[in-house]
Amino acid sequence: MISLRALKDRTAGGVMFFLTIASLLLVVAMGVGLYFKSSPVLADHSLGELLFSSSWHPMKGEFGFLPFLMGTLWVTGIAVILFLPVALLAAIYLTEYARPAVRKYVFPALDILAGLPSVIYGVWGTLLIIPWISEWLAPHFVEFSTGYTALAGGVVLGVMILPLMVSLFIELFTSVPSELRDASTSLGATRWQTVKRVVLRKSVTGILAAVVLAVSRAFGETIAVLMVCGNLPEVPRSIFNACYPLPALIANNYGEMLSFPQYEAALMFAAMILFVVILLFNLISRIILYRMEKRFA
Amino acid sequence: MKFKFIEERLFKLLMYLATLAVFGFVVSIIWTIVSRGWGAMSWDMVSKLPGGGFYVGKEGGFLNAIVGSLYIVGASTLLGLLVSIPVVFYMNVYLSKNSRLAYVARLAYDVLFGIPSIVYGAFAFTIMIYFGMKTSLAGGIIVVTLLIVPIFIRSMDEVARTFPRELLDAAYSLGATRFETIRVVLRQIMPGIATATLLSIGRAIGDAAGVMFTAGYTDSIPTSLSQPAATMPLAVFFQMSSPIKEVQNRAYAAAMVLTLIVLALSVAGRLITNRFSKHRV
Repeated sequence: MISLRALKDRTAGGVMFFLTIASLLLVVAMGVGLYFKSSPVLADHSLGELLFSSSWHPMKGEFGFLPFLMGTLWVTGIAVILFLPVALLAAIYLTEYARPAVRKYVFPALDILAGLPSVIYGVWGTLLIIPWISEWLAPHFVEFSTGYTALAGGVVLGVMILPLMVSLFIELFTSVPSELRDASTSLGATRWQTVKRVVLRKSVTGILAAVVLAVSRAFGETIAVLMVCGNLPEVPRSIFNACYPLPALIANNYGEMLSFPQYEAALMFAAMILFVVILLFNLISRIILYRMEKRFA
Repeated sequence: MKFKFIEERLFKLLMYLATLAVFGFVVSIIWTIVSRGWGAMSWDMVSKLPGGGFYVGKEGGFLNAIVGSLYIVGASTLLGLLVSIPVVFYMNVYLSKNSRLAYVARLAYDVLFGIPSIVYGAFAFTIMIYFGMKTSLAGGIIVVTLLIVPIFIRSMDEVARTFPRELLDAAYSLGATRFETIRVVLRQIMPGIATATLLSIGRAIGDAAGVMFTAGYTDSIPTSLSQPAATMPLAVFFQMSSPIKEVQNRAYAAAMVLTLIVLALSVAGRLITNRFSKHRV
């Protein structure tokens, strides 16, 4: 005969176990659900055609996702190229150089950047970045640009993933044992040489994982990018061309897709691409980061 | 001067610039939003529903979006707490430190945290269609709950993991069951729960892509769970895309309100972390 308290303990354990498992199953359920929903379009078209054709005519039943995939790659690429150095330098400064007082001011600023809703970034991009590109930057390079370009998308996305990258890098750099730094400086290396040869070298895998994580965040960003990219279903040829990333495609067409089963399936296929890519990226980089954490702990 | 010292100076300068850039972006964003929003702001904006001809520039405000956002954020935060506190407790008290399940669970929540809200939205939308539901307040609440549960769990878990196991041993030695230690654990991770809540509210109120599919948009305040609901980010987004100046101005006003709410949450989060962390063992 078990006591009431022990019974309570076990029931609570069971309920909590169920909640934990149920939320784990959400990952599986999402994958399966999106796959089933996109199966009509997968039945009619080969995967190669869907991914590598650039002819997008939903009404004629042609679904080539290449422009959208390239759009996503362009904006993400621009964001990472422009903002990875900034994130690295800021994170190195904060861990290796800055006094604790400086961190007290920078961390809240990073918190704010991380917390601002994506629509606010979109408004900022529209009000500031787009006029800047169309009136100031683009005239040096091309005849005419509306400003609604892959570059604008890249800049806005870059600022959005900046706080994520900086905080991941800071975690990595602080986990490098300080004895290694002492060894390097005692041999006459400057601080920057120590950073370059010891800190960065020790955390290179982690940096890659962090970048992959930031990239997958950028892949899924919707509203901000939708507001500044111009949304033309063409493969962009330069940073001053409009582009049309995948999430923007889904968000823009959510209302009209209902009347065409094939169209709906195609958009769900777009969501599935995002889901699969981001799932894989996240899994790999998180596992690497967990390992890094353990190695130095 | 040796090359290594020149290099040192150069990179130090670049680092200053990079750190300043972080501040620069914060100031630039807030300044842009507030300076454009302030002029368009009026009491009517936050106290009135959209009137007739609202979308061609006639009178009205975006109270519908404010109330809709409050409903969705409030309900999903409560639901999120109800789901995530038991999970965090389970992972940290019932499961041992090296448990395989805990590892997989943490990994899964980190991955779920990375899944974009548009995918949640699309997924929830297909489920809703399957059950014959229309865009509704309930749909919005469910999808936002799914969206914030991983944030809740992971940020509470970060705090719960540093929870000293000796306190559990002390409770066990007094005859407490694992479930009964919840009182000790909760008291210790309270600041973690508070900051996690603020973080989740911030994400919930700013989400646009998820609610776009599920909560829809409407000019009135929903009176039941099955009616569609407007939200702040979508109010900004839809009005921005209007060609009419007055409507666009309202988007800026709504953007300013949204920004101020998020800033207030962020400041409150900082204060709570600073204040409560001194009571922890």
